[in-house]
Amino acid sequence: MSANRSETVFRARGLTKVYTMGEVEVHALRGIDLDLYAGELVVLLGASGSGKSTLVNILGGLDTATAGNVFYHGTDLTRAGDRELTEYRRHNVGFVFQFYNLIPSLTALENVALVTEIAERPMSPREALQLVGLGPRAEHFPSQLSGGEQQRVAIARAIAKRPQVLLCDEPTGALDSQTGIVVLEALERVNRELGTTTVIITHNVVQGEIAERIIHLKDGQITETQRNEQRRAPGELTW
Amino acid sequence: MKTINIKIIRDLKSMRGQVIAIGFVIVAGVSVYVTMTSVSNTLQRTLQLYYAEYAFADGFASIRRAPNAAGERLREIAGINEVETRVSAIVNLEIADFADPVMGLIVSLPEEGRPQLNRLYMRQGRMPDPEREGEAALHEAFARAHGLEPGDQLSAVIGGRRRALTVVGIALSPEFLYQVQPGSLFPDPERFGVLWMSRGGLEAAYGMTGAFNDVSFTLAPGASVRDVLDRVDLLLRPYGGQGAYARADHMSHSLISEELNQLEAVAFLLPLIMLSVAAFLLNIVVARLITLQREQIAVLKAFGYSDLAVATHYVKMVLVVAVFGALAGTALAVWMGSALAELYLEYFHFPFLDHRLDATVVVTAVALAGGAAVVGAALSARRALSLAPAEAMRPAPPPSYRTTLLERFGLRKHFDQSTRIILRNIERQWLKASITVLGIAAACGILVMGLFWGDAFRHIVRIQFGIAQREDLTVTFTEPTSASAIHELAALPGVHYAEPFRIFAVRLKNGHRWYDAAIEGIPVEAYLRRVIDPSLKPVQIPAHGLMLTTTLAEILDVRPGEQLAVEVMTGRRYERSVVVSGVAEQFLGVGAYMSLDAANRLAGDGDAVSGAYLLIDSRYEQQLNRALQDRPRVASITARDRMVESYMSVAAETLLVFTVILSLFAGVIALGVIYNSVRISLSERDRELASMRVLGFTRGEVSYILLGETALLVLAAIPVGLAIGAGLSALSAQSLQTEMYRIPVVLTRGTFALSAAVVLVSTLLSTVLVRRRLHRLDLIGVLKTRE
Repeated sequence: MSANRSETVFRARGLTKVYTMGEVEVHALRGIDLDLYAGELVVLLGASGSGKSTLVNILGGLDTATAGNVFYHGTDLTRAGDRELTEYRRHNVGFVFQFYNLIPSLTALENVALVTEIAERPMSPREALQLVGLGPRAEHFPSQLSGGEQQRVAIARAIAKRPQVLLCDEPTGALDSQTGIVVLEALERVNRELGTTTVIITHNVVQGEIAERIIHLKDGQITETQRNEQRRAPGELTW
Repeated sequence: MKTINIKIIRDLKSMRGQVIAIGFVIVAGVSVYVTMTSVSNTLQRTLQLYYAEYAFADGFASIRRAPNAAGERLREIAGINEVETRVSAIVNLEIADFADPVMGLIVSLPEEGRPQLNRLYMRQGRMPDPEREGEAALHEAFARAHGLEPGDQLSAVIGGRRRALTVVGIALSPEFLYQVQPGSLFPDPERFGVLWMSRGGLEAAYGMTGAFNDVSFTLAPGASVRDVLDRVDLLLRPYGGQGAYARADHMSHSLISEELNQLEAVAFLLPLIMLSVAAFLLNIVVARLITLQREQIAVLKAFGYSDLAVATHYVKMVLVVAVFGALAGTALAVWMGSALAELYLEYFHFPFLDHRLDATVVVTAVALAGGAAVVGAALSARRALSLAPAEAMRPAPPPSYRTTLLERFGLRKHFDQSTRIILRNIERQWLKASITVLGIAAACGILVMGLFWGDAFRHIVRIQFGIAQREDLTVTFTEPTSASAIHELAALPGVHYAEPFRIFAVRLKNGHRWYDAAIEGIPVEAYLRRVIDPSLKPVQIPAHGLMLTTTLAEILDVRPGEQLAVEVMTGRRYERSVVVSGVAEQFLGVGAYMSLDAANRLAGDGDAVSGAYLLIDSRYEQQLNRALQDRPRVASITARDRMVESYMSVAAETLLVFTVILSLFAGVIALGVIYNSVRISLSERDRELASMRVLGFTRGEVSYILLGETALLVLAAIPVGLAIGAGLSALSAQSLQTEMYRIPVVLTRGTFALSAAVVLVSTLLSTVLVRRRLHRLDLIGVLKTRE
């Protein structure tokens, strides 16, 4: 499955987010303009507190903007209610988190099946696990898997419904570099073979080298967008 | 305040929903305990004080007619202290503007001075003056029922002559705490009352000059009750003694003693269940709190707080809840106690009730609540102790799960992932799940028990007054009368049918066991008064032999086919051996039945009747009552409907109070257990549920996992609860049944349905309370933190 590369998946304009933390106002995003295209692999780079997670949360329908708009294929996510956002996440978005967030009482296969059961045209859970190289570990519970394996189950769970977009927030943050590379390989393969628009958040500059575009964030603003002419395979990276 | 104690207050505040729910369970347990115990103590204390100050007798006897000299000889019996002879009589009363027949028990007062035994407490007015004729003091319950005051008039048929009586006083007596017509079980103060009059007039009217027909006595310290009663019996036998009996067998006293025993049983059982539930709830809440505060505990320990200090910290936290709960429960008990005491005063006529809260009861209640809380918390706090600081700093390892037994049996493919999560969570924490089920079941069971009493009482009425006693009116004669009197009654206008009966006092003996009862003879083809067998079918009375009610057969330890010695206690006393021909079911009172012919042969005074059961045309009831009251031979007229009414009004009011209180408390327990169980599940799973929300699960789908688990536990708990309820009902029926009441264990579908419904409503309520939190799950926060 290959998407039309010129098609715009997300169009964000003047995106602003202000949190109230106790009695302090935090400006997490200060007017972001951004377009993301079908099938591309983008890395969002920035220090902690730069606003990259906030941006991804708004794109993924987990959070709403204070001002500005973000369109997903022409649908204004900033005007959607809880019900619409749940529907949107259910059918269009795959998430991968730093701490995996697997359901401890379900096996690897069942964690994936949890999502395929509510999706419209999913792949089989086993197929998804094979895609991340975990076919043989399908019947294991999270407590029986290593951190890297748990994260790959999370990736399988995210892609099994064939989402339009895959949003990964520090997917290697809790892993050692060797395991992190295995996880990045899985993400890169999914992007290549399924053509899923993939956004990876990281503060690790080296990981940017696998992306088509690298977007730098600082203090809630985009400071630089960089097209990566020489993409490298995850296996070639060291950090 | 020390900083660590400030943490206690803040932690409790942040868990206030759960704390309040547990607090309510403690309040319920403590208030039941304090109320019941303090009212029980109050009644005991008042009873003893009243008996002592108003000289309630230790023994009693009725005689046909004994000369005063016999009274003097009674005084000489070793072991007897004081003796007082009296003249008493059952009379018909007439009260202006009250059409129903009214019976009175007139008890004589000495000509000089006040009674030495069974003294009167004058509520109003004065004692009757021996110099003036026709003065009477009335029992307060009777006077109040008719609004009679000193100065009012009523008339009585005394010794066959209608006499006008003037009320001069309203009185109470330790003898009539429970004012009830002899032979009846339930008070009906409108239709039965006790009156006190001077002895002189009564002696003359009843041919008792220089004689007596009623005696009371007190025992010397250390005297053997049995010996004294035997001697009294022996002495009074020639005068038509009907058997002496001790205080324990005195109607009023035995009823209040039974009531006190019941109160004590309830005061023990209910709080035990409630405080156990509270202990369990505190246990799971503290366990969860310690898991959540794992890192805080590590920090406290790292900075030098000792293990003991940390454990004490959590124990203190539950003690705060327990002590506040106990104090609130005590405050509630002050109010409930005076309401309950008030209720008792309606049936038990004490002149005063010294209701106060004993310090020991309050201290015990606080200690019990505190003890339950500490036991509950200590089991969890132990885990906080055993945690090394460095280990506690690290996040807890992910919980291990496995596929459930159910799934391994091949049912796995039938469950979706959400259902698997539910099943595995329950199986992994099976102990907690089981205790939760038990807690909910306990609430359900208490409800069943509360409602059971209503079922039992309605069943008794249906059987007793629907199958066994079908007469409209019961007429008794002053003494055994020729059978032709029945034809006279049947000929009265409005009487459809008259059925004779013969009744007389006997002492039934089987070896060393004996019981004073009455034998009732009824026609073999009885239509109105029927004997029913244990399967509740009416049976024909056998032409020969004696049928005993189940309770009586148990007391005497005889079985059908065995012989029983029967001592006839009327007039000339003699003994015969009679075969027990069968056992009859009877819920109210005990009884012995024979065919009318057999009864008359045993009584030995020919073809006589003691009275008749009448089937009447209700349009003629008033007219018939007047006609019957005018007959000098008629001693009493009792309407069955009045009997049912008085029975139901006594039972209904008390029952309603208990049922409402029990339902309320059961609801509190159900709510406490379910709410806490859901809250803790939510706290344990908020991360999981938020993750699922992020993955695109709707609120409803996420609720299914959380509430499905609760629903499963509740559904499992209901049948268990109904079974526990049936058990508790049987237990309470067994422990509360007496000679007077035999309590059938009947439970209706309505009772089961209502109990289950209350549990379901509590579940729904807990769900609504928790769903708000479920909707506010922090989707982003959960992804940014580790477990």
